[in-house]
Amino acid sequence: MSQAGPTETGRLQRLAEADRPVLAFTFGERTLFGLQGDTVLTAILASASSLRDAEFGPERRAGFCLMGACQDCWLWQENGPRLRACSTLLQEGMRLHPAPPDRWPGP
Amino acid sequence: MTRVLIVGAGPAGIRAAETLVAAGLCPVVVDEGARAGGQIYRRPPEGFLRPPRTLYGSEAGKAMNLHETFDALVRDRQIDYHPRCSVLGLQDGSAQVLSPDGVLSLPYDCLLLAPGATDRLAPVPGWQMAGVYTLGAAQIALKSQGVALGRRIVLAGSGPLLTLVASQLIGAGATVAAVLDTAPWRAQVRGGIGMTLARPGVTLRGLRLRAGLGRRYSAGVNLTGIEGDGNGPAAITWRDAGGRHHRTACDTVALGWHLRAETALADLAGAEFAWSDTWAQWLPRTDMAGRVQDGLYLAGDGMHLLGADGAEIAGRLAARACLADLGHPVDAAEQDGDIRRMRRMARFAKAVASAFPWPAEMVRAVPDDAVLCRCEGITAGELRRSLSLSGTEANRAKSLSRVGMGRCQGRYCQIAGAEVMAAQAGCDPASVGRLRSQPPVRPAPLGLLATRADSRE
Repeated sequence: MSQAGPTETGRLQRLAEADRPVLAFTFGERTLFGLQGDTVLTAILASASSLRDAEFGPERRAGFCLMGACQDCWLWQENGPRLRACSTLLQEGMRLHPAPPDRWPGP
Repeated sequence: MTRVLIVGAGPAGIRAAETLVAAGLCPVVVDEGARAGGQIYRRPPEGFLRPPRTLYGSEAGKAMNLHETFDALVRDRQIDYHPRCSVLGLQDGSAQVLSPDGVLSLPYDCLLLAPGATDRLAPVPGWQMAGVYTLGAAQIALKSQGVALGRRIVLAGSGPLLTLVASQLIGAGATVAAVLDTAPWRAQVRGGIGMTLARPGVTLRGLRLRAGLGRRYSAGVNLTGIEGDGNGPAAITWRDAGGRHHRTACDTVALGWHLRAETALADLAGAEFAWSDTWAQWLPRTDMAGRVQDGLYLAGDGMHLLGADGAEIAGRLAARACLADLGHPVDAAEQDGDIRRMRRMARFAKAVASAFPWPAEMVRAVPDDAVLCRCEGITAGELRRSLSLSGTEANRAKSLSRVGMGRCQGRYCQIAGAEVMAAQAGCDPASVGRLRSQPPVRPAPLGLLATRADSRE
């Protein structure tokens, strides 16, 4: 799994609506902070340059259409289910991963 | 009571719902958005503070009117509204709907589809990397999240959205390094005359926005590639109208060539399609009111790419067609007036399409090593090489090359794929045929598919 380094800056630039409550979450090994009302995609890309590896190529991916049509921005939650980052709002304490968990939760 | 199911709560779906409610019906409205408005009048989440004038510019009044109309329908319980829900398929008079709680089965007597459109994309070498987005994505990020998708953005493609998104980003304080339009000036002037005749005010507003882009804007551009590293784009390379090479440094690229109608559900519902030379894509066949057949109606950009104003009219027209078929009285003068307005929108749209054409030559010449299918990283060369076995029929070529079989289900590669196939075979893209739509039209987690939320009577 490729991992964003600690010096990595975010891809996105916030231009407005900065006065919202801060929410903490984890993405891979990093603890990140987003704002209430951020999508998962916005919150991650505010601190990282991409969301995940491409499955069929060497490049990274960071979403594409942002309207739920391209399916480029699926991520994994620690408890197993995937989510579409562009259309899921960030919640406090989310534990997100850029790749499938090494060990799936068992019964 | 007759059950009418409306899919989509953008301008078309909202006006359709309003019209049906006014006639005494209580339609079911299923929409993927968390809040109604569609993409062009998309609303930020609760708690965001920018006023409509900032979000929607000259269209703020229209956006507010649509939002208030829909919110009142919901508040007064005049519609049965399902936000954050995707229709996956249609079977035996029911829609299978993926909701956050599981799959719903919603039976209907009449179906009114207003699913809108996506950006129409052409492959540019390197477009698969992180940090390349659609123009629509750049606009959604700004409108609904208050963010720019990068710190130094290049917008490229063609169509009204190119100029609009560029102006909106610049106005909001983003750095737009270049606006690269593949449409040549000659086409723009020719189409511009038709646009001015049909809708002078809108055309003038577009010209003013364009003028505001200044020297960032170039017309008649040929995009040759996006250079980058593991973190995303570093530059876009392009040739200007005179053939000179340029390299513009950037960290983000947004691409789009006008729109591609979202037609998967119309296909599953049994609509017939015809190739549109104007839009260089397959569009469903309907009458002027959006009627496919008794019980099936289309409205908005998913039927005919007329934009938001046209979608409001189309929503009313389709709802009245549905009411007429159900035996409700319909005001013929209102219907005729809207058909006249629709014809004007269609004249404008046709002129827009000729001003900002699909870049067929650029797509036909896309290099063999360029990725054509972003989902699965399949190159143009792989598609070309597969044609000797599959022949040039869209569905066979898809089976063999997998172009069109990825998670986006061909939404972002199908049109370009047909163009590449047509170039190889020496035919026009219409002769390649049309990809059949397959349910589910959105990916559905197996766990949710297995969880049936209450089935509705």
